[in-house]
Amino acid sequence: MISRNPQLNRAGELQHLLTTEGLPVAILLDILDTAESFVGVTERDVKKIPLLRGKSVFNLFFEPSTRTRTTFEIAAKRLSADVHNLNIAVSAQSKGETLLDTVNNLSAMYADMFVVRHLQSGAAHLIAHHVQSDIHVINAGDGRHAHPTQALLDMFTIRRYKRDFQNLRVAIVGDILHSRVARSEIHALTTLGVPEVRVIAPKTLLPAKVERLGVHVYYDMVKGLKDVDVVMMLRLQNERMQSANLPSSEEYFKNYGLTQEKLSLAKPDAIVMHPGPLNRGVEIDSAVADGKQSVILPQVTYGIAVRMAVMSILAGN
Amino acid sequence: MNTKKLQLPDAENLFADLANKIRPDINKNTALVGVRTGGVWLAQRLQQELGLMNPLGILDISFYRDDFDRIGLHPKVKPSEIPFQVTDSHIILVDDILYTGRTIRAAINELFDYGRPASIRLAILVDRGKRELPIAAQYVGAEVVLPSGKMLNLQQGGDKKLRLSIYDKQLPA
Repeated sequence: MISRNPQLNRAGELQHLLTTEGLPVAILLDILDTAESFVGVTERDVKKIPLLRGKSVFNLFFEPSTRTRTTFEIAAKRLSADVHNLNIAVSAQSKGETLLDTVNNLSAMYADMFVVRHLQSGAAHLIAHHVQSDIHVINAGDGRHAHPTQALLDMFTIRRYKRDFQNLRVAIVGDILHSRVARSEIHALTTLGVPEVRVIAPKTLLPAKVERLGVHVYYDMVKGLKDVDVVMMLRLQNERMQSANLPSSEEYFKNYGLTQEKLSLAKPDAIVMHPGPLNRGVEIDSAVADGKQSVILPQVTYGIAVRMAVMSILAGN
Repeated sequence: MNTKKLQLPDAENLFADLANKIRPDINKNTALVGVRTGGVWLAQRLQQELGLMNPLGILDISFYRDDFDRIGLHPKVKPSEIPFQVTDSHIILVDDILYTGRTIRAAINELFDYGRPASIRLAILVDRGKRELPIAAQYVGAEVVLPSGKMLNLQQGGDKKLRLSIYDKQLPA
């Protein structure tokens, strides 16, 4: 038996957003196109539209996050939804409640949508499988697995600066192994037709058989950044610096930190992206992060429009 | 389908009538706002025909529709663009067909999220009656009575000429 994509309903429409893997290109483009319409809402007198009036969105964050949680909250409020933030790392779960019990209780409070961040891969899938069919789940990051809205806002940013995806060379640099952002970006980029996606990292920070995702592997920034249109930097998790994967943050910066000098190997109009939070002087030099090729802050702004698009498409399906 | 041919007025003649009805009320503060898609074509033509200087506004009312809970988000939503100060402006809202009035309700709601206009008037190419809301147009090209199973549609050719057509409610996908 062929099982249905758990993100799609019987009509093939988006029911949950769990991962960019396996999402049809038409749905990806629909999200990006819809987000275009939300960008202008921020510039009006009334920065709200009535689409999700009366709907309840629960932000379930089992792992700390500032930017992602805040932009989801702003997005839901701009759509006129009621937003409830649950910082579960310090509440029910610490009292021993299971994930699904928490979800059952919130469903009994008439939730319409769950935005889930969890340190375990597959948590959002589990919730999506469990809830009633009129509830929608958005994965806001699960373990090392996926972070689809981050990937979508990155795609939106790339399209805004580079117009389309068909002629691009994109490099993703850094800790690919632990990065749910990198996985979601790779799936989105290849689905949208980017002809050349590169990953640049030391061997110890690359997953086994990463080539199977359709990427070209480089161990060296000098070769890997040559003539690229987009440089997507990843955060090096400081908490992993102690592990055997890496010698030291100075050593890492020397080999894989993005400096103006290394950036000059890319195309002159290349853009620099980063999902945040930044480790200045570890994976990126301040001069680059604040430089004229950096689109790191526009990424954050577009994140609101993209999350509004995802929520409104889900709520309507 | 074997339906009796209904006589439709010529859209270009209606447009000329509509422009003539609006002309006496135009002044330098008048701003046109077209509702996607047919209303935008009309507003662009009116802008030219009436020699209006204010930039043209465009509304996509998808985010303000009252049937979102039933049919979801319109798949091809495009940005609204209101390139002038709405507060205190005299707006003429332009759409092709006026029927239930629900589109105009949504358009007025959206306009108010840009500011508080001094006035809004409504210009319509064809009013086909059967209103479900208390909305009336100040400028009307023609009134046409149609059975409720029929849809009326405005098209614009490559030569920018406008044409009205009729079809049955169940459109082939």
